[in-house]
Amino acid sequence: MKNKKQLSYMDTVHRDGTVWNLILMVILLMFPVVVGVIFQAVPDWEGVGKGLLATAPMYWAVGVVEVITFIPMLGAGGSYLSFVTGNISNLKLPCAINALENAKVDAKSEEGEIISTIAIAVSSIVTTIIIILGVILIVPLTPIFESDLLKPAFDQILPALFGALGVALISKNWKIAVAPVILMLVLFIFVPAFNSSTVGIMVPVGVVFTIAFSRFLYKKGII
Amino acid sequence: MEFSVNHPILFLIVGIIISAVLAQSVYFLIKSVRRAREIKMDKKLVKKTIITAAIFTIAPAVAIVITVAALSQSLGIALPWLRLSVVGSLSYEAIAAANAASGMGTTLAELAGSITASQYVTIAIVMTVSIMVGIWLVPVLAKRYQKGLVNFENKDKKWSDILQNSLFIGMISAFVGYVFCDVSRLWLSEEGKFAVEVKDQMSGAAETVYYTSTSGLVPVFVMLISAALMCVCGLLMKKLNWKWLNDYALPICMVIGMASAIPLTNLLGGIVA
Repeated sequence: MKNKKQLSYMDTVHRDGTVWNLILMVILLMFPVVVGVIFQAVPDWEGVGKGLLATAPMYWAVGVVEVITFIPMLGAGGSYLSFVTGNISNLKLPCAINALENAKVDAKSEEGEIISTIAIAVSSIVTTIIIILGVILIVPLTPIFESDLLKPAFDQILPALFGALGVALISKNWKIAVAPVILMLVLFIFVPAFNSSTVGIMVPVGVVFTIAFSRFLYKKGII
Repeated sequence: MEFSVNHPILFLIVGIIISAVLAQSVYFLIKSVRRAREIKMDKKLVKKTIITAAIFTIAPAVAIVITVAALSQSLGIALPWLRLSVVGSLSYEAIAAANAASGMGTTLAELAGSITASQYVTIAIVMTVSIMVGIWLVPVLAKRYQKGLVNFENKDKKWSDILQNSLFIGMISAFVGYVFCDVSRLWLSEEGKFAVEVKDQMSGAAETVYYTSTSGLVPVFVMLISAALMCVCGLLMKKLNWKWLNDYALPICMVIGMASAIPLTNLLGGIVA
């Protein structure tokens, strides 16, 4: 058996991440239990069953696909953190990609693992603090956030984010980007079923297609 | 104890849980910074990564606060605060809460102001359990998965690098497509108006909302402006040697892109009254 001194940094990341995630999972599940005990309330089990049946199968399936898709991009530490704090494709992953680009380190190296973990940890801390401030100031802030003037700006956060991030990454990898970008444009423009609510499902599709296309180009010696 | 969606004890419980979530991020931050020191990574690089990540996060985090405000109308502030501080999103939480309410034979709108502790607990269980996959699946899969990726890299380093870039490009291509998803309003509109059936998650009621035919171009132009600004930043870094800009280019382009949506929406239109 490996003793403590023999564990590599990556081994300790997986060990600590596992402990943290399982503890936090139990803590999160305890919320409804504790509230029920304090207020002496029993859940409506029929409502729980029907609610879970209508919600869980789809989100569990999406969750499994997301884990498989995002782990190689987020790194180990980043994955343990991101799957607790959420907002992966709209915040944590772009934040990690930007940090890796700025640092000019290989995402798969130990330096890459450290940079993406730092970026995602900082992003999670800042998000949590801003939400706490938002909760404290929710009464005076709500009219500002919901004002007709600012609403269009907050509605367009993803186009603004992926325009800047996309041009940087696509320009460096344009050969492998051409086909997946065209495919997604055709699907989203001409197939009504693809809309803002399906983008999360289309990320793994885009990833699988891009890998297949890149493999083709690689085998042909084009890249 | 009499129940209320904004009972102080709910804030206390949520505060404790969020402190634990925060502690994990702080723990991993310290751990990775220490490791960076051990392997003698540039201290300035680590500092810059921290500052850039913090600045980058502000605008998306403010958008999350807005979703807390939206959900608080029927569920109070404590539960949306918890749910949106951990894995979840407005669309998911609203759907999960609406499905739980529907399972109890009611709607969120009907529950607003009169929700009982039992109904609250029922909704909280559905919201919590329905998205709890990644939190346990990552510990189950991550180590073996990453080991497999390392073995794979050792076999063919060049293909491994291409594969990594393909993952990033695949994700970005999906979002580029998404930006164009409403462009078809240009040719599908009737008399300059495009009808969208919108279902209110709170009440379950459906209503028709009309958008201008050019409204689908707003996200496209926002993306193009943001991308063009990124190119300008790249030129400034190259021609004027403004290396400092490298760390702030993405948040700057993102915020200006978002701001451009205000005049663009006025020009190209959004919802038609």
